[in-house]
Amino acid sequence: MRWMWIDRIIELVPRQRLVAIKHVSLAEEHLQDHFQATASKPALPVMPMSLIVEGMAQSAGILVGHADSFRHKVILAKVSKAEMNADAGPGCTLRYIATVQQLDAQGAATTGVVELIEPSMNPTPRVVGQIDLMFSNIDNNMQGIAFPAHNFVFGEGFKILLRTSGVAWGDSDQV
Amino acid sequence: MTRDDIFKKVQTILVDALAVDDDEVTMSSVLTKDLGAESIDFLDIVFKIEQAFGIKIAQGELFPEGGAQDPKFVQNGKITADGLVSLKGRMPHVDFSAFEKDPQIAKVGELFTVETLVKFVEMKLKK
Repeated sequence: MRWMWIDRIIELVPRQRLVAIKHVSLAEEHLQDHFQATASKPALPVMPMSLIVEGMAQSAGILVGHADSFRHKVILAKVSKAEMNADAGPGCTLRYIATVQQLDAQGAATTGVVELIEPSMNPTPRVVGQIDLMFSNIDNNMQGIAFPAHNFVFGEGFKILLRTSGVAWGDSDQV
Repeated sequence: MTRDDIFKKVQTILVDALAVDDDEVTMSSVLTKDLGAESIDFLDIVFKIEQAFGIKIAQGELFPEGGAQDPKFVQNGKITADGLVSLKGRMPHVDFSAFEKDPQIAKVGELFTVETLVKFVEMKLKK
């Protein structure tokens, strides 16, 4: 099963916008290492930026793949921009808001806003990052290169996520 | 829109897409060799030109696609005479004069300069 970096899709407007959330938990093993205590500093468990980029890539990738009912193999091809100005520690929730800028048979360009909801009595999301991505439809862009016929990009992990989020495996559905 | 206006917009696009400085982007800069463009950057550039100029670019219209596996168009790593005719017909915005003396497929990427993009946009806007 693929390592999923989003917990649930909470909004989907086909071909336009997807919002997903990720709860950060101290139970996640990578937080034990990122960052470990040193002789001079206590441990600082925060979600690694690379995994936040992956979370946005999964969110935007689902939005792009959903546009053609996951018929094509759409892969992350370029991180055009990735900026974060706050850490997400245990108990925080990350909201990934992915928006399609352009989408055609060759691929897609998406913009993404990362929001952070810190644990409190009145949790309010605040914008903490921007992650813009490009996706390539390798069925249309990699002429001469043979890929397996089955869609290895959108595998079982994605299907489980879509089902538990109430998103059907097809177009014109909305959460 | 003047050629200079188009160049300035193209320059902004390339600075954004390829993370280069504006003074690196001159009319004669080669997208691959001088500005470090890779294959996925070509799609990014197409998307950004579409947005900036409000035009639609068909797949393979700005940059060549397909044909590399067709022996009619490519043999022994070189583009054949038929291949050159096909490319020239599909890409009037590209200057093939130097390339056709030694039309190696590996050097196709070097055909695309900033001027190529400016000419292409000029042609699209006139249509």
